[in-house]
Amino acid sequence: MRHANSPAPRAAYDGKASGGNDLAARGKGFAAFFGGRWVLIFLVLETVYFCFRSEGFANLNSLQILLFYGVLVFLLATAELFVIVTGGIDLSVGYVLGFASIVSIKIIEKLIAMGLDPGIALLIGAAATLVIGILPGLVNGALVAYLNVPPFIATFSMLGVCHGISELIINGVYAMGLPKLASDIGSGHLLYIAPGGAATLFQKPVVERGVSVLEIVPNIVVVTAIVVGIFAFVLARSRFGRHVYAIGGSMDAALRAGIPVKRRILGVYATSSFLASLGGIVYAFMYVSGKADAGASLLLDAIAAVVIGGASMFGGSGTVGRTMLGALIIAVLDLGLRMSGTPTFDKYILVGVILIIAVIMERYMQEKA
Amino acid sequence: MDYLLETRNITKRFGGLTAVDHVSLGLRAGEALAVLGDNGAGKSTLIKIISGVHKPDEGEIYMGGKLARIESPMDALAEGIETIYQDLALAENLDVGANIFLGRERMRRSLGILKVLDDQSMREEAQKVLDRLDIHIPSLKKTIRTLSGGQRQAVAISRSIYWDAKVLIMDEPTAALGVAEQKKVLNLVRTLKDQGIGIIIISHQMYDVFEVADRLAVMRRGILVGERIVKDTTADEVVGLIVGSETVGKER
Repeated sequence: MRHANSPAPRAAYDGKASGGNDLAARGKGFAAFFGGRWVLIFLVLETVYFCFRSEGFANLNSLQILLFYGVLVFLLATAELFVIVTGGIDLSVGYVLGFASIVSIKIIEKLIAMGLDPGIALLIGAAATLVIGILPGLVNGALVAYLNVPPFIATFSMLGVCHGISELIINGVYAMGLPKLASDIGSGHLLYIAPGGAATLFQKPVVERGVSVLEIVPNIVVVTAIVVGIFAFVLARSRFGRHVYAIGGSMDAALRAGIPVKRRILGVYATSSFLASLGGIVYAFMYVSGKADAGASLLLDAIAAVVIGGASMFGGSGTVGRTMLGALIIAVLDLGLRMSGTPTFDKYILVGVILIIAVIMERYMQEKA
Repeated sequence: MDYLLETRNITKRFGGLTAVDHVSLGLRAGEALAVLGDNGAGKSTLIKIISGVHKPDEGEIYMGGKLARIESPMDALAEGIETIYQDLALAENLDVGANIFLGRERMRRSLGILKVLDDQSMREEAQKVLDRLDIHIPSLKKTIRTLSGGQRQAVAISRSIYWDAKVLIMDEPTAALGVAEQKKVLNLVRTLKDQGIGIIIISHQMYDVFEVADRLAVMRRGILVGERIVKDTTADEVVGLIVGSETVGKER
């Protein structure tokens, strides 16, 4: 019955729409086409540019390096996206990351001192850090949802609290003392192919000096891909995710539809904090050290990735996929500039500029479409 | 009594002000009742009591002849009383199906374990209820933001109907609409009546009232000053009731 009924009104509607101004219709088509894709187009153009600009950019190894150094931004951008979709912001992610990097190392150190096997110590230490790492998010969420503190203030205060606690734990120096296993995992790869064609998983084969082994996919990239994939699914396909979009779209609609808005907001900030702590653990394994400001400079990148990916700061829009495109634009820029010998400060300027362009583009596309 | 919804002696005071003063009204199934009155006459307060936003100081509400305990909007919804506010309370960034099922999403099992949103079936159900109400929306995959005011109204109404509204309260349903869209919404009200739904319309537009309402109730300063059968009255008489010039001779 539905199929019998629907074509007629649809045809009538289309007839009306195409009767309008031809030029306007064409402009609309142009905007509609580029509206969703300009981020991707920009990424491709940027990559092509650096392939010509810097020697050795266009190879598998660069791609892996790019992803390897990108993981923290991928995780923090995903964290930030959840909050931004609700119309909030989480300024604390960078320092939660630093806090978690220190906490994980301190716990693992203690566990090993207690005589635990390094592997088990790493596992328990990481799990414990994730649990502790949710706490800042729960506090943020409670402040925002139950006490009506503006997200900017709540998370900005949390930034300070995490920074301070981190420095207290380590007395202003670095946290160190991870077992070698941690760096093996953090800097290791999923697959190694020796020149003979012999492939090994996780374990780098022993070869003669000067013989290069093909390394495929850093472990932390695999972990990050899986985690980001899971959270992409949660945001796009779960009831929680739907509620997050509804809250960002219309708080009033969400409330009247009986959505437990306060609980959902709490969940969103906890999610953000969880992902930031995971970033902290990854950082610890990557650099075999932890420090308070480990993620300080990543906040701009994370928010920029989300916004470049087309999410509105007013909430209600944005996807993990497009946020990852935004993050890749920054990662390509970062590595491309490094490889072409440009000072890294240029990156900050360029990210800022791209961010502004992204916002203007999005506004323009939305008006057209 | 064959009333679907009945209020008996509903009274609500805000401090020294009696916003609603012993109002008794009845609504039958398939009937549209217009509640009229000047600003501050108490019609909004009355509606908010019925939809559970305010608790009355005195009086009872009956649904289908049985005493209904309505102390929150959720209680009202459970009784089948749905309210369409002027702002519609739709999530503009979501599609039609998602809005109709907002807060009550349909899930399906994916790969045997994961519960995922079943957008396909939500859209199909949305289409069914839209068809039932003879509402045409070009694509259910589009977000509410892309729909016209009348289409949004229709989606909000469809949501109530899908969730078994017996009584639909509409607050200024045509206020923000163009002429063609107003007509569509009024047609929709007729369709709803045909399906046995009781409708309470709050409106300033005399035209709407005479177009679709069967009865009208006029409030002034919290008091129900008159009830009329629409086809037995005139706009002049109604205006007289609203501003208070006609009652002097009739009621005293």
